[in-house]
Amino acid sequence: MKYNVNEDGFYGQFGGAFIPEMLYPNVEELRQKYLQIMNEASFQEEFQNLLEHYVGRPTPLYFAKRLSEQYNTKIYLKREDLCHTGAHKINNTIGQILMAKRLGKKRIIAETGAGQHGVATATVCALMGLECIVYMGEIDIERQAPNVARMKMLGAEVRPAISGSKTLKDATNEAIRDWINNPTDTFYIIGSVVGPHPYPDMVARFQSIISKEIKSQLLTLENKENPDYVIACVGGGSNAAGAFFEFLDDENVKLIAVEAAGHGVDSGESAATSVLGKIGIIHGSKTLLMQTEDGQITEPYSISAGLDYPGVGPLHAHLYDAKRADFEAITDNEAMQSGLNLCKTEGIIPAIESAHALAALAKRTFKPNDIVVVNLSGRGDKDLNTYINYFKLSE
Amino acid sequence: MNRIHQALQQDKKLLSIYFTAGYPHLNDTVTIIKELEKNGVDMIEIGLPFSDPLADGPTIQESSTIAIGNGMTTQLLFDQLKDIRKSVQIPLVIMGYFNPMMQFGMEKFCQKCAEIGIDGLIIPDLPLAIYEAEYKALFERYGLHNIFLITPQTSDERIQQIDTISDSFIYMVSSAAVTGSQSGFATEQFAYFKRIADLKLKNPQIVGFGIKDQVTFIQATTYQKGAIIGSAFIQFLSKNPIKNISKFVKSIR
Repeated sequence: MKYNVNEDGFYGQFGGAFIPEMLYPNVEELRQKYLQIMNEASFQEEFQNLLEHYVGRPTPLYFAKRLSEQYNTKIYLKREDLCHTGAHKINNTIGQILMAKRLGKKRIIAETGAGQHGVATATVCALMGLECIVYMGEIDIERQAPNVARMKMLGAEVRPAISGSKTLKDATNEAIRDWINNPTDTFYIIGSVVGPHPYPDMVARFQSIISKEIKSQLLTLENKENPDYVIACVGGGSNAAGAFFEFLDDENVKLIAVEAAGHGVDSGESAATSVLGKIGIIHGSKTLLMQTEDGQITEPYSISAGLDYPGVGPLHAHLYDAKRADFEAITDNEAMQSGLNLCKTEGIIPAIESAHALAALAKRTFKPNDIVVVNLSGRGDKDLNTYINYFKLSE
Repeated sequence: MNRIHQALQQDKKLLSIYFTAGYPHLNDTVTIIKELEKNGVDMIEIGLPFSDPLADGPTIQESSTIAIGNGMTTQLLFDQLKDIRKSVQIPLVIMGYFNPMMQFGMEKFCQKCAEIGIDGLIIPDLPLAIYEAEYKALFERYGLHNIFLITPQTSDERIQQIDTISDSFIYMVSSAAVTGSQSGFATEQFAYFKRIADLKLKNPQIVGFGIKDQVTFIQATTYQKGAIIGSAFIQFLSKNPIKNISKFVKSIR
């Protein structure tokens, strides 16, 4: 288990829990108990049951015939877009809400950027009858009105983050501050493989259902468990962590992590953290992050709201550093064209985040017999306005 | 004996003031320090601004954002403080988050602090275990005190651990909150203040978070050695000229 977290919460030199003392009791309680709770039979039973009957798992591993012909290889799409609420995010929120309940917490907080994790959190809170407060950057609230409405319909309170740059990183700061202010009854459901240990590991484990299913599905479809490639997009990196997890120690499986280049890696408007980031501390984790020379965290850019996080999960920083995964940077335009291409070739409208992963198919040459799994992390309903404006579809 | 120990030995309750370097204006740092000392403040926490100050509330987040916008940097702070010990005698502590220090280089940061005559550091997001394993020797080499926080949720066992590793004072967070968010102390805080006093720690405690006027200062120092005012002072600076700092200090004691 060379690429897994060590006892101190580090992946190589990345990770840890760089948190103020105010958070220590909560994070320490979680650190001591998370593995034990996750391994309890009753927890697993409830988790698996909800994944099957509520989320709709297993999601299909779909052989994309026409897309495969285009690239002259064998492409499978892992259909996380078919999960309840439209993306992989709910695998994690189901897991974390069960964790919160077992820790006796009554109040749930979360951060959200585009609103997908906020919706997935509001959904499971409604399911469990728990109070839910979602922090969202003031600017994102304006940009993502439908998701704000969804969260409200699901009974969550959406609180604007009005500090700093008023986007995802500030929503995360506000959620952390809320946790500091409410240290006993509150559980913080983090939406990605970021934050202080044990969050990156816990979220990766909840998302690892993706790669577990890929393995068993490939065994049925191809009579072998391992693909040649797994491709996934990375913002914070939870869908990639889930899609890579079971293959990490199998070096024959090539892992491709796809970041958002925005207008181009060198354009000044990008979210390609592995290229543009330096090692530092963000939201309690030592990882690669985009920052000024003076250590101030900068605001990334991508057309995809789910990928514009200035950091990357510590697992991914380690995979990059150890050269276990290849990192590709895909521009807005490449992603949008690939998204549209999937609509036309396979009849699937992907989330723009997932379209970045699809665009990476054009970045290398595959053999005709290669098995390439692309994690289709979410569906494109939420991005319809962006597609409409980008391709001027209403004209 | 160093400046922090000297201050702690005085037979009075200590008033410590926090301000954000580079706020309200880029070059106010030295003027504010001198004005605070002139008016009888016992210790100063100089805030090194960070874009994402997790443990702070809206007031200090705002002053930090403005200071960074004004052009404040770590190097500039050291430049501003270069000659500070020619005129200022009271203890000076830098409070900042770990990332900007890491980018500056921790050894270089400590070296600069020592050159200038900074007495200690408060780094809320540098955990105890990492400090002990990776930075303690460095801090000691440069004669810097690392000041740890405790909160009402900190276990007695961990408080003892922090007391053992500390060699100046313990920063006692008054209640479960970020800075600047309280409105007066309640029975539960007094119980906490007394509980900590009864532990008879080797390091005196200075209370921070929620102290904003004379009443809260007196309350916070009932059992403890001193108190720190941050957000209330920043709010004062946002509305008043620096020359009026005497009014603020007099309103506290």
